[in-house]
Amino acid sequence: MQRITIDPITRLEGHGKIEIFLNEDGEVANTYFQIPELRGFERFCLGRPVEEMPLLTNRICGVCPEAHHMAAAKAADAVYKVDPPSAAKKLRELLYMGFYFTDHTTHFYALGGPDFVMGPNAPVAERNILGIIHKVGLEIGGKVIQARKYGHHIVEIIGGRKVHPCTSIPGGLTKGITEEQRQEIEQIGRWAVDFAQFSLQLFADIVLGNKEYVDLILGDIYTHKTYSMGLVDENNHVNFYDGKVSVVAPDGERIGKYAPHEYTDWVAERVEPWTYLKFPYLKKVGWKGFVDGKDSGVYFATPLSRLNAADGMATPKAQEHYERFYATLGGKPVHQRLAIHWARLIELLYAAEHIVELATDPEITSPHVHNVPKEKPSEGVSIVEAPRGTLTHHYKTDERGLLTEVNLIVGTTNNYAPISMSIKKAAQSLIKKGTVVNEGLLNMVEMAFRAYDPCFGCATHSLPGQMPLEVTIRDAQGNPVEVLRQFC
Amino acid sequence: MTTNGKPKFAMYWAASCGGCEIAVLNIGEKILDVDANFEVAFWPVAMDAKYKDVEAMEDGAILLTLFNGGIRNEENAEIARLLRRKSQILVAFGSCACEGCIPGLANLSKPQDVLDTVYSTVSTDNPNAVRPQYHYQMPEGVIHIPTFYPVLKTLDQVVDVDYYMPGCPPESHQIAAVIDLVIKVLHGEAQLPAKGATIGAGNSTVCDDCPRARNVKLIKKFVRIQDVPELDPHLCLLEQGVPCNGPATRNGCGALCPQAGAQCIGCYGPAEGVIDYGARLITAFASVIDSNDPAEIERILDGIPDPAGQFYRFNLAGSLLRAAKPAWQGKL
Repeated sequence: MQRITIDPITRLEGHGKIEIFLNEDGEVANTYFQIPELRGFERFCLGRPVEEMPLLTNRICGVCPEAHHMAAAKAADAVYKVDPPSAAKKLRELLYMGFYFTDHTTHFYALGGPDFVMGPNAPVAERNILGIIHKVGLEIGGKVIQARKYGHHIVEIIGGRKVHPCTSIPGGLTKGITEEQRQEIEQIGRWAVDFAQFSLQLFADIVLGNKEYVDLILGDIYTHKTYSMGLVDENNHVNFYDGKVSVVAPDGERIGKYAPHEYTDWVAERVEPWTYLKFPYLKKVGWKGFVDGKDSGVYFATPLSRLNAADGMATPKAQEHYERFYATLGGKPVHQRLAIHWARLIELLYAAEHIVELATDPEITSPHVHNVPKEKPSEGVSIVEAPRGTLTHHYKTDERGLLTEVNLIVGTTNNYAPISMSIKKAAQSLIKKGTVVNEGLLNMVEMAFRAYDPCFGCATHSLPGQMPLEVTIRDAQGNPVEVLRQFC
Repeated sequence: MTTNGKPKFAMYWAASCGGCEIAVLNIGEKILDVDANFEVAFWPVAMDAKYKDVEAMEDGAILLTLFNGGIRNEENAEIARLLRRKSQILVAFGSCACEGCIPGLANLSKPQDVLDTVYSTVSTDNPNAVRPQYHYQMPEGVIHIPTFYPVLKTLDQVVDVDYYMPGCPPESHQIAAVIDLVIKVLHGEAQLPAKGATIGAGNSTVCDDCPRARNVKLIKKFVRIQDVPELDPHLCLLEQGVPCNGPATRNGCGALCPQAGAQCIGCYGPAEGVIDYGARLITAFASVIDSNDPAEIERILDGIPDPAGQFYRFNLAGSLLRAAKPAWQGKL
């Protein structure tokens, strides 16, 4: 059987490898999406003090350390049964909005955006952030750089550092913010709202204004009907920092909402021998393999699924775009996976608006940001919504607060099964008998995963390296016919 | 040597978290200086450059490679060797490449225990105790994943390294300064430091950059940060009993964590001239204990609940110990 190996896939965080097998007719028989790495945080965090988890688990992922920092801090709060002061919770959330603003900007402009702004078949040398800056101009390029800088600045003001923040501890934070810092954050927030609206307009002009792209988004190649997952507040609006996890079926029916400590009733993880990463699925529905539909426990957890799983956005401008999104794409839920890019920008706007809301909250400069834990530490679960999916941290400790058990289900891991399915479908749709397998076509296979903004660093709590993308086409006897290679 | 006359730049991500890449992106507008002075020949997270192009390059064709990440498996080692061959200057960039970082704590466990833990957690449905196989026969053919090494290694335990740039991650202003230096070298306006040097960091300790007041460091107990109702924002954390790693840690970050009310956890690695980070920190902690009574000293030391993590949090893989005995003996 002929085999095409894509190793590694590129313009994502972390490392993955795709094996495509072709049958005698040159059509795709099967694909395997393998994750070749493991670091083992669940093991080596054992014995560590639970208050270090916001610092240790940061290092699972340097792209979204804030998500692990928050999930770990909330799980440590739960371990000590301590409720942080209201101002501390708001400051953590404000830090997190600053992070979301930076992170979603990074994905749209540096990782996913080049496929649209430059085009899926643009020359490799141009299909990247520098290409975008050259195309859209230095002025806009400068705005993108500024947006990332501003978001990280909020993280630094509250979290003490731009990457790997250090201020969240069980019971709250090590410090608050001054009135001067609050004003600075508010100004950034107002700029961020403009930038997010600008980005949505850019998307409307470049992508929605281009029939070829709209057809690509709406077409069948990148469509899967699976369950949607996302954290919601008490009004069923999208929330990143706290709430319950809403699960919505492929037909749009909400099958339930669960609190963090109930996660093992809802989610289970399947182990396959050919990859280091596990496949989460909805336990109540069951694992039926890599298939769509209401009877299959496969779900996805991305900006799009969060919009599907919620009833709306908590801020007014984002809500307007939410309504426009579903009106344009034909109602809820939306299953076209390339629409994740659009959903991400709506979340960008929500994050920006919420920065302003939190920065103008009268309580935000309160110096009371820590409650000393009084209870004996034991067990705690927390959930936040990482940009790349629902993030669960579950700890058990001894009476000194030293970890005895750690379980992590991280953002991208949720999407391992649907990404695998998206890759298979894209490969089957694009590679037919007699197809010339060129770089642009392989990039369109890669676009299937890129929409999810996967981070396999996170997913594997590991990251042994990105390998070059290598495609070996073999004849039916297994002899190499052609080798195409690409660095991710 | 280059396609457009500019020297080639590469950055690679092995067993690490990606924070180093974010720190490089965080140099902001300076990234345009990199673009102006270098041909970015290979940078997996950001661009789709060709593997075959790199393989086809002459040895030494890349002027500067920033290599971040430790060596956790076979693939990391292979790419490290390839980039060593192709690069004139190979920089161990960030804590993972320099000293192993947090993932190096896996060197306290047998590799089999790492796998057994991960594939049997409370949410894992794995009644047949399935484990990943390096070679697995699927109906369509055999597929592979790379071999997991028994211990995590630092970059210089696998290939020759020219410079070390510490930090988790290296601070962006330090990265910008190093880029400025390299650009000056390119224009004949500066010289490279001696091979083996630590770049983008200071030659002293975090304490020397820390604005907190230091008086007489003598303590009767170590405290855990969540148990303190209110820390003095201006006084040395170690003097307040918080086990701060500043005294053993190289400066360069600007003492960010202590200034934010959190203890230094040691991410910039051993201070200049320190052979073993843990040994230095143990000495520093021992010297602040205000007691000569063995039983009381014992009680005070109990305030450090996780000595292995405290003293070797970031640098176990690069320390004299490198790994616990069970890890060395682990076979997979």
